[in-house]
Amino acid sequence: MEPLTWFGAYGSSFGPLLLVLATLAITCGLCAALLAFIDNTPRASFSLFNGVAVLLLLLVGFTYVYGGLTGAEGGAMPLSTLGWMLGTLAALAVFAAMLAWFLDNFFDNPAAFMGILFKWAIYGVGAVVVLWLVVTLLWQGAAHKEWLAGFDAADMPPAEEIARHRYISRLESLGILANVAIRFTPVWIALVVLYGVSIRYKRRLGLYGKLFDSVIGMIGFGLVMFWVFTALFVGVFDMIATHAALEQASGMKNKLPGTPLMRAGPEEFPFYLLGGDNLARDIFSRMVYGSTIVIQIAPLATLFAFMVGITLGLPAGYYSGKLDTALSFLANLILAFPVILLFYLLVTPEIVQTGLPQYMAMVLFLFPLVFMGVLIQSRFRTQPQKNVIWIAVVLIPLFLLYAAAINDGGPDSKIRFWPLDFFDIPPGILVVFVAVVFVNSPTVFRIVRGLVMDIQTRDYVAAAQTRGERPWYIMLWEILPNARGPLIVDFCLRIGYTTILLGTLGFFGLGLPPESPDWGTTINEGRKLLSIYPHPALPPAFALLSLVLGLNLLADGLREESLKD
Amino acid sequence: MGLFILRRVMTMVLTALCLTFVVFLLTNLYPNLEKLAKTEGNMRMTDAQVESWLGANGYLQPLPLKYAQWLGIAPGFVSTTEDGATVGHCIQPGVDPEKAPRFCGVLQGDWGQSTVFKDSVTNIITTRLGLTAKLMLWVMLLMVPSALLIGVLAGMREGSRTDRTLSTFAISTTATPEYVSGVIFIALLASSRYGLSPLLVEWGLIDGGTLFKGTATSAMENANFGNFFLPVLTIALYGMGYIARMTRASMAEVMTAQYIRTARLKGVVFRNIVMKHALRNALIAPFTVIMLQIPWLLNGVVIVETLFNYKGFGWTLVQAASNNDIELLLAVSVVSVIVVLITQLISDIGYVFLNPRIRMS
Repeated sequence: MEPLTWFGAYGSSFGPLLLVLATLAITCGLCAALLAFIDNTPRASFSLFNGVAVLLLLLVGFTYVYGGLTGAEGGAMPLSTLGWMLGTLAALAVFAAMLAWFLDNFFDNPAAFMGILFKWAIYGVGAVVVLWLVVTLLWQGAAHKEWLAGFDAADMPPAEEIARHRYISRLESLGILANVAIRFTPVWIALVVLYGVSIRYKRRLGLYGKLFDSVIGMIGFGLVMFWVFTALFVGVFDMIATHAALEQASGMKNKLPGTPLMRAGPEEFPFYLLGGDNLARDIFSRMVYGSTIVIQIAPLATLFAFMVGITLGLPAGYYSGKLDTALSFLANLILAFPVILLFYLLVTPEIVQTGLPQYMAMVLFLFPLVFMGVLIQSRFRTQPQKNVIWIAVVLIPLFLLYAAAINDGGPDSKIRFWPLDFFDIPPGILVVFVAVVFVNSPTVFRIVRGLVMDIQTRDYVAAAQTRGERPWYIMLWEILPNARGPLIVDFCLRIGYTTILLGTLGFFGLGLPPESPDWGTTINEGRKLLSIYPHPALPPAFALLSLVLGLNLLADGLREESLKD
Repeated sequence: MGLFILRRVMTMVLTALCLTFVVFLLTNLYPNLEKLAKTEGNMRMTDAQVESWLGANGYLQPLPLKYAQWLGIAPGFVSTTEDGATVGHCIQPGVDPEKAPRFCGVLQGDWGQSTVFKDSVTNIITTRLGLTAKLMLWVMLLMVPSALLIGVLAGMREGSRTDRTLSTFAISTTATPEYVSGVIFIALLASSRYGLSPLLVEWGLIDGGTLFKGTATSAMENANFGNFFLPVLTIALYGMGYIARMTRASMAEVMTAQYIRTARLKGVVFRNIVMKHALRNALIAPFTVIMLQIPWLLNGVVIVETLFNYKGFGWTLVQAASNNDIELLLAVSVVSVIVVLITQLISDIGYVFLNPRIRMS
């Protein structure tokens, strides 16, 4: 079997077109950006410099297009082409600068013209990509038909061999990128459905619906949901991944993207789409499995950090005085620790042995219960019957979860008194979770405290005080809902920061076991041979980058939209 | 003002005390001590041997006493070996036990011995801090001007295409942690088989090797562009976005102020409005952010020094922490807490000086 190429069988025909359009887009974009800086400069007349600039510009342009055409001819894109693109980008920047300078001397509003050109070039790129995908998908069986035509009707190969050949030749004609895209099909469908429904009903969906008015917010939300759906489909339905996270195949050690498996079983996917790592495991599958760990831990840990921060930050900001001083001192103490030192102190096997993470979990996991209890109690204090029902409905399941979460049946466990221990958190995950919550909560505390101090001076708080409401009612039902805007924005940002922290833990090999497929650990594994085999470290790095970027863009979009009203 | 600083210094001392005590507590947990005994003695020690080793070296004393000894307010640990010689924490080899000082702790200026590096902690910390200071200096020189430039350019015309482009760039740098950008940079720029370098070799622009070095070990003695640029860029990039965003927000706010409108109506050239009227006022907020960014950069320093194998303060932290080197770890945490709190102090004081509207309370 041949190794897969990046763009498949039709890459060589669409590649140059794509390259020309991309070149045009980059040049025009850079040009427009540069022109925006240097506008309202006085026009100069044609000079020697302009002549030189035009000549150089043509030279660079021709070299680039020619190089691009010859580079893409093979259809395969070796990794060094990435470097090639980087180099030509630098050349393009110089080219665009000169073009901008040149245009500025002759035309009235070159920035707008370049902007329009940029827009069309981007549309062109999109159209070519779609066209390429369609052509690839429609004619993916062509090579197979050719192969079949080579046989006489008399000596046809057995039916299984034909089916197998059809399967493999289709994969080959699709190429790596299209295959990866096809693996993600359930995610695309889910995203399209989600976006369709959300945009259709966006006027009825409050702040969430408003998100779909901002392009930045939509892009960010898309990136985030991409990984959420990926984690969902991988974790629950076991779809997307081509191989198991820990499965090793002989002869696949450090192999390049698209390498075929040596002895693939009939049911097995016959290629390593993004290559093999230094233990001959499939990088693509590990990256996809890694998303489940991140998506499980990061939002939940952030939620717990928020519970802790809110439960302590509300009274600190509301009462001020000694309580505030003490809690602020504690928060500043934790913040004064370098995060990595704290991780090294909290997340080692020796510390897990002492049971410290379990005790910390016992304290930190209590906060959601306290929060919910106080929330209900302060609301229904005057209606005892309702109060009891609500507290029972909410707190009993929460308590069962809490007790089961802190109890662990393992051999090193320190807390095992609870009989109804229906699930165990693996010690590695628990210690990572606790450490991340512990590091995040002081910052949340400070934010909440600041918000409370600000909102406290409002009239509606004074009105509630005059009405004779209890302090906790005012904090939880008057102040907290009015602080939700900044808190939601910070929640998104903080999930991103938590993802970064999880990656940091993995990067230093702390907490999760070394064979765990989470992104930090795989980056750490990959960095050891980075200058010889960069491909194992890059996919998890880009995955982490895209998720955090998505969360940041989402937060930005939410901020923009919540400021509008 | 004096009272204010005094109070801050008191807080600083109290924080440092609490923090070192926590570190002390966690590093002196029994499993950690056991690991220390096994790495210092040998790996196949029995439980009884571990215990006697710990006892002989004074690790089994009560925790508050050990902490007081480290601080230098209790006499140092002394014991007698099997052959009758007196050994103790304060007795340097070759010094008569009678003449050795009784107290040796931080208050006496003795930070102890590192068990990993077999050297005095003071020595290690000073050399390593020097190396990290060099790194940080270049990071600051790269990060601050470029962040301010991006922020000012983005903020001077809020909502323009320039603003959007630069803001997106700033967001993506804050979304790229050092271990991601470092890995990408090494793969693209410092690999002899992939990325840009083989191409440049082919073109004859560089002779052999790679464009940048993937490790910065050689930069400890003589730093040059090739071996030092990537670590500096990696740290600077992550911090840059945040400062740029703060500068942008502050600049955008200033540009809507009344006196800017007056200047515009007066017919002042836009460039002069930005340079002469807006810039100074817009740079007050970023100053605080830049100062508060320094302790945050410490994280980046740890990651980047590990990734590029640059043996500075962050690398020392990782070594000390992964080997449970108690005294070195304590010194490391004291230094970092001092860095954190001093930058906070400077940012508060600087804010007051830059902005006469704020009064110290």
